[in-house]
Amino acid sequence: MKKDVHPDIVVDKAGAASSLSRREFLKVVGGGIFIFVTYGEELAFEEPARSQAARPSLPTDFNAFLRIGEDGRVTCFTGKIEQGQGVITALPQMLAEELEVPLSSVDIVLGDTDLCPWDAGTFGSQTIRSFGPALRGAAAEAREVLKELAAEKLNVPIDRLQAKDGAIFDKTRPQTRATYAELAQGKKIERHLTQKPALKTPAELKVMGQPQPRRDALKKVTGEAHYAGDLRLPGMLYARILRPPAHGAKLKDLDTSAAEKISGARVIRDGDLIAVLHEFPDEAERAMTLIKAQYDLPDATLDDKNIFDHLIKAAPEGRTVAQGGNLEEGAKLAAVSFDETYLNSYVAHATIETHTALVSVEGDKATAWASSQAPFGVRDEVAQAAGVSAQNVHVISPFIGGGFGGKTRNTQAGQAARLSKTTGKPVQVAWSRADEFFNDTFRPAAVLKIKSGISNSGQIVFWDYEVLFAGERSSQQFYNIPHHRTVVRGEWGGGRGGGAPSAHPFSVGAWRAPASNSNTFARESQIDIMAAKAGMDPVEFRLMNLNNARMQRIIKAAAEKFGWTPAKAPSGRGWGVASADYQGTYLTTMAEVAVDKATGAVQVKRVVCAQDMGIAVNPAGATLQIEGCITMGLGYALTEEVHFKGREVKDLNFDTYQLPRFSWLPKIEAVLLDSPEVAISGGGEPPIITMGAVVANAIFDATGARLYQLPMTPERVKAALK
Amino acid sequence: MKETIQFRLNGKPTKLAVDSDRMLLWVLRTDLGLTGAKYSCGEGFCGACTVIVNREAVRSCQTPVKTIKGKDIITIEGLAKDGVLHPLQQAFVKHDAMQCGFCTSGMILTAYALLLKNPRPTLKQIIDGMDDNLCRCGSHTRVLQAIQTAAEGMKGAVKR
Repeated sequence: MKKDVHPDIVVDKAGAASSLSRREFLKVVGGGIFIFVTYGEELAFEEPARSQAARPSLPTDFNAFLRIGEDGRVTCFTGKIEQGQGVITALPQMLAEELEVPLSSVDIVLGDTDLCPWDAGTFGSQTIRSFGPALRGAAAEAREVLKELAAEKLNVPIDRLQAKDGAIFDKTRPQTRATYAELAQGKKIERHLTQKPALKTPAELKVMGQPQPRRDALKKVTGEAHYAGDLRLPGMLYARILRPPAHGAKLKDLDTSAAEKISGARVIRDGDLIAVLHEFPDEAERAMTLIKAQYDLPDATLDDKNIFDHLIKAAPEGRTVAQGGNLEEGAKLAAVSFDETYLNSYVAHATIETHTALVSVEGDKATAWASSQAPFGVRDEVAQAAGVSAQNVHVISPFIGGGFGGKTRNTQAGQAARLSKTTGKPVQVAWSRADEFFNDTFRPAAVLKIKSGISNSGQIVFWDYEVLFAGERSSQQFYNIPHHRTVVRGEWGGGRGGGAPSAHPFSVGAWRAPASNSNTFARESQIDIMAAKAGMDPVEFRLMNLNNARMQRIIKAAAEKFGWTPAKAPSGRGWGVASADYQGTYLTTMAEVAVDKATGAVQVKRVVCAQDMGIAVNPAGATLQIEGCITMGLGYALTEEVHFKGREVKDLNFDTYQLPRFSWLPKIEAVLLDSPEVAISGGGEPPIITMGAVVANAIFDATGARLYQLPMTPERVKAALK
Repeated sequence: MKETIQFRLNGKPTKLAVDSDRMLLWVLRTDLGLTGAKYSCGEGFCGACTVIVNREAVRSCQTPVKTIKGKDIITIEGLAKDGVLHPLQQAFVKHDAMQCGFCTSGMILTAYALLLKNPRPTLKQIIDGMDDNLCRCGSHTRVLQAIQTAAEGMKGAVKR
């Protein structure tokens, strides 16, 4: 195991220890029991489409998920990263559960490509759902290996042994025992068990399902949590990258003479990459402002108003992702039919930390620290950019200042690698806020068309859904509809428009629960429109049109917490409801809004979200994610949309691109329900997907005005009120 | 223009030869190695770079170092005293009042200045005081709870 440069030995005048768990790990590397498990193919399926071609095959050698040190401490290894979602706490819970060790004895190493098993990236609510079972399996296997060792050491039949609190003891004579530390001492065991032990049943869980505080809180309140931009290496340079005025702009003329007069500034031009480097980041920035660049702008006429007509024309051929019955038969059964179109806008990730990377290329080796959701993607990006082999690139993941799907491309790491190779020095690239907005892979704008019908008794009899550019996820409705079809045209990934060349003026990509925000807005709005026409309470209408007991239960749980009483909308109360399923998680959100009819301003006063994720591994963390999703979701519901003209992005900072603020906060209440019989699923994304529809439905209930386009800005609300 | 600037940084007299037009944020983060204050928007819209200058919360990305001569600067690294977390830090830990943590230093220091001025704020006053600090993860509810808890715990005495 090589000891590459890592945050602990970064020159840091503050003297703050940045990575205690890594230091502890390095102490235990010498010994310990090594348990290896195979990484399943299922972990690859969430990877963004654009990188499929470049994705390496899964490693054939096994990678360790955990190690038990000579001191009894356990290190958990994961290629996942911590971006606020709380896996730094939940994964050790899963490990401690199966291994039978105190949670406090578990350390975790995240996103280190030399130490951790290969991983596609941290997205799609997959950490708990896909990585979790693999980690638990590894821990269960380790526990059984330790029992075998204890049986030999203690000379006790293995079936009399029990594992608890980091030790194995004889059930008939508890004083006959061996600690994991004693068993591990000086030994290194590499083996697969032929008989894989079963994971614990839900009834057996003791650590999972218990609320735990965030393990990173102390570092984050003291400034000791280090992010990519906080790391420093001797001799490093800070780089600023020249940003064109519009996507597709062609550089015509470049004058860097004034910039190069700044003492210590160095301008590097490497093909399309034009950078200013300096030993101080602000001096690099100052020099950058002195660069004079002339561009030819692309001939482009799209803007945030005409984009939807364009997308309708540009949509590629459809793909039927669900169907049943016969739509013509369904139409004949309908007493009332509906034909609605919903629009959703481009939104930015707008993480508070901009894309940042520090890369040091030395000969045929490179080390990289990057704000990235995909450290193994950084490895490949740096390898390609620096012209070194991927196994010679070591990526170390610091804390990530928010991702939400936006930090999967790793462009900034490639830029830093190129500049480090050119200068022979470690280089940090940190995008400015304007760079961040400009280079972002926005959630795609989408057009969503639903034709549907209800019978005289309020049964939904047909559902004909066409999804343009939002993507497939959450497009398949879950109501009990005899005749239905869902056709998806275009996906959310793939550069400028999945399946249609240059559909979008800029790159689009995954944004917290990709596709699902748009699909849920359309579906749950349409359900509400039908309920109102049927003269039924929207909750009762949903329950009547469902035969999915799990979904009915979560709706009832939300209604109970909210205190929902039946009424036909618009009732004037300003109440809304929306339900969804996302990657195995079921949820229902209810909201109360107040609408200022004079200004069109909407204040969301109260939100209740009931969620069923099988079992919440860390209920405290799950609740935090629910609150976060609801708060973040207010943005795309009410204000967030990227303004652009031609291929120029008009929003370059938070003055025009409005994020949710403290003064917007509703009272938020979360309800967690267990379904022990289903697989455990994730919670980092689901509650955001209902926010568009629940607010739209509540606005309708308050005013009788239906909003068909997100965000529901005061101007759009006022227009709908007329 | 390069000049020698003196000020108090986290209680310690500090002397620095620096181009005094540079912004405090970058001098803290690079020259002084204190990286708790973060760059995020660079124009004073977000609050991630907030530090305390003479008991006021300021946006360090908009504060030239020539303006801090002789002043008393507190950064997140200087808020704990003798290894004991400030009540605000304790309350943020207690309430899990962060997710990614990138805005957290700015949140805590903005709240610190708020409580210096108004040790017993109402919830409305806390919201007004914090409204220009952005958080993308949506930790707002917990931040408000933490500030309320800290204010109650300090009983009107905001100690450093």
